[in-house]
Amino acid sequence: MRDVAVIGVGLTKFGEIWDRSFRQLIVEAGSKAILDAGIEGKDIDAMYVGSMSSGRFIGQEHVGALVADASGFYNLHIPSTRVEGACASGGLAVRQGYLSVASGVNDIVVIGGIEKMNDVAGTSATETLATAADQEWEAFFGATFPGLYAFIATRHMHEYGTTKEQLAQVAVKNHANGALNPYAQYQKEIKLEHAINATMVAYPLGLLDCSPVTDGSAAVVLCSAERAKEFTDTPVKIIGAGQASDSLALHGRRDITTLDATVHAAQMAYKQAKVTSKDIQLAEVHDCFTIAEICAIEDLGFVKKGDGGKAIDNNITTRDGSQPVNTSGGLKAKGHPVGATGVAQIIEIVLQLQGRAEKRQIPDARIGLAHNVGGSGATCTVHIMEGM
Amino acid sequence: METLGIVSYGADIPRLRITAHEIASVWGKDGATISKGLGIIEKSVPSIDQDTATISVESARAALRRCHINPQDIGAIYVGSESHPYAVKPTGTIVGEAIGATPDLMVADYEFACKAGTAAIQTCMGFVKANMIKYGLAIGADTSQAAPGDALEYSASAGGAAYIIGKKNVIASLNHTYSFTTDTPDFWRRAERKYPSHGGRFTGAPAYFKHVTTCATTLMKKAGTSPEDYDYAVFHQPNGKFPVSVAYKLGFSKEQITQGLIVPYIGNTYSGASMVGLASVLDVAKPGDKIMVTSYGSGAGSDGFDITVTDHIEQLERSNAPSIKQMVDDKQYISYGVYAKLTDLLYWE
Amino acid sequence: MSVPRFWREIPQRYNLIGNKCEICSKVYFPPRESCPVCRRKSIGHIKDLKLSGKGEVFTYSIIHVSSGEFEEQVPYPIAIIKLDEGPMITAQIVDCDPDCVKIGMRVESTFRQIQQDGYTGALYYGYKFKKV
Repeated sequence: MRDVAVIGVGLTKFGEIWDRSFRQLIVEAGSKAILDAGIEGKDIDAMYVGSMSSGRFIGQEHVGALVADASGFYNLHIPSTRVEGACASGGLAVRQGYLSVASGVNDIVVIGGIEKMNDVAGTSATETLATAADQEWEAFFGATFPGLYAFIATRHMHEYGTTKEQLAQVAVKNHANGALNPYAQYQKEIKLEHAINATMVAYPLGLLDCSPVTDGSAAVVLCSAERAKEFTDTPVKIIGAGQASDSLALHGRRDITTLDATVHAAQMAYKQAKVTSKDIQLAEVHDCFTIAEICAIEDLGFVKKGDGGKAIDNNITTRDGSQPVNTSGGLKAKGHPVGATGVAQIIEIVLQLQGRAEKRQIPDARIGLAHNVGGSGATCTVHIMEGM
Repeated sequence: METLGIVSYGADIPRLRITAHEIASVWGKDGATISKGLGIIEKSVPSIDQDTATISVESARAALRRCHINPQDIGAIYVGSESHPYAVKPTGTIVGEAIGATPDLMVADYEFACKAGTAAIQTCMGFVKANMIKYGLAIGADTSQAAPGDALEYSASAGGAAYIIGKKNVIASLNHTYSFTTDTPDFWRRAERKYPSHGGRFTGAPAYFKHVTTCATTLMKKAGTSPEDYDYAVFHQPNGKFPVSVAYKLGFSKEQITQGLIVPYIGNTYSGASMVGLASVLDVAKPGDKIMVTSYGSGAGSDGFDITVTDHIEQLERSNAPSIKQMVDDKQYISYGVYAKLTDLLYWE
Repeated sequence: MSVPRFWREIPQRYNLIGNKCEICSKVYFPPRESCPVCRRKSIGHIKDLKLSGKGEVFTYSIIHVSSGEFEEQVPYPIAIIKLDEGPMITAQIVDCDPDCVKIGMRVESTFRQIQQDGYTGALYYGYKFKKV
């Protein structure tokens, strides 16, 4: 295994992007990443595309080839592979690209993540997201995706006394961060009482506890660490890449309020990176719902199990806290184009470690973590990065 | 000596209710007058996830919970309804699978307006008597439909009951049965139409009253009984008025019919109506009680049964399933708007 | 859901047929091909078991925004139920006010229509739960 670094990043604006298609979005993100890295098409050994459900959102499968074609690389015959793991598709694509470079098979790979979700009606988007759940034993019986995280929230409240106000604090914090991110879907702060009293989606989760339906794309260029400085002065090394699985259905888990896939992916990444949770200076965690951020910081070891709800009052996860979480605005405010999310999380950490995060910049950030979850926790990737 | 009769019974009544008053208020009528005229206070309404199949299954399961028979010993299932969820595809197979009676059995769905359920009992009696099957399961269940604004809207309701017919551990012997049948089109629903049509006052004298009266009279003649021999009598109950008036005409008293008269509280459950009435009687019956049941199905016919409750009813675990009274009392009222949603009145393409 | 996919699982959906590993006694619903605890030792020793349909609410939600199939039912309570035999199961809670559902509430299964394949397709039945 050899070291791997991120040498270029590219992001589209996240939101309801009515005038841009699936292929336009990913070509935009990919081109920005390639230009950022200073490479050309002929330098690329392979491409990986994370997309959860292009088949249901735009009626198009075979998007590995589509991306190679749309980006103009079809005539270079670059191998292009689509990777799917529900909302963790982006994180999985990054990890696949990482492994291919670490193994020595490839030197330079481009990883794109994309979802074009607004080309279908809202109900259809809800149904498509529910395919990340167990279709036969959850969705068939009326469980929605927010409903599954609501199950986690209800139980977390019951076991640990977590409150609806603490859930709302997560949304308020992430919107405050999103307000500083020019790529975010919602660049607007929200008030705590609005978050608490928002229209109910799946009790106890209201509308402002949920990440939105988003169009968007993100891309990164990975390169072997030994060659990274040929392309950039500020490469960011991936020092740990963990991944884990769990039961597809939430009701099959050891503990409803713990995402064991997060725990195991984190252990794998920490071990490889030779760091502990204490060493993580900032993190992008998978806050598809506010409760998910609370569980994530517990399962990643930032706080003790059950204490996640108090992290904001205790000044841990805020931008000026001890371990700032979701400085980009998170899925909540930045938006959640599912296949793009895992890649976009990596980008935020890279920008922070490179000192390019502008108004959101955390001073002296050196080690950061990106945590991407598929479904209600059946798939998880954790990447730990360090500036070179 | 082996007795042919009822081995167990169960019923299911959806818990949603709409009052006659609420319906009347939508159509600019006086609820109190209508309620009094029909003898119906309120009716049951199926929830969005309840239909004749679910009511049949829940009734059959209730019957099985009360006795100790192996569902695999059920050799036939007949489900009588005029609101089978499918026009083509049996309800009985759903019941058979859901109670674990498949695959060695006979199954068919019946339709004879409000008496398809009692026709199913007669069929099971024949097979059991002929020793072709050990037990037969006869079900009458409906989620009956009524056109918005039609007089039937005040009565057409949902519910059903299931009877296990056999010769062993019989709780009520079926001593005699008799049917009176003519071709009398008093009420019908044409193929592919959503709501039934009816002959208004023609549904009375030449239809309900003629058939029920003749059937009951002939049955008593065959059985050698007279009205005072019965502890309970159950007549088909399309509303609260007809069964009372036919009972008095035949010489039965209010005391004999009250226990089996459920229609004022849940409306007309069609194929389930006389069977739910009988279930209410069996909920309280004691050994030796004599019961007469006379169903009526438009089109038209009546099935009569002369029944004697046996000592074995004391062994039946009646409390293992809710009584009719418990189900009548467990209710939740809905508005006409919700009723319209649940009964598909608000459907558009 | 297509008809064959539904039909294949009728034993589970109608009658809660799970299975039990005869080696470690753990009960599974839906049934598993092998026991994830005993693994290869369990092959041939994992037997069908009809579950009682009795259990208690472990956690719950009230769905206000549903998929298209369930739109006419909102708001509806749904829960993860811990069955008395051990397995957890996700199902709707019916015949009560959404607000009455609580963690620890005793429930039992009931037979209901779960979905319709539009106005012309098949009807899919299965378990929901109600308060005991």
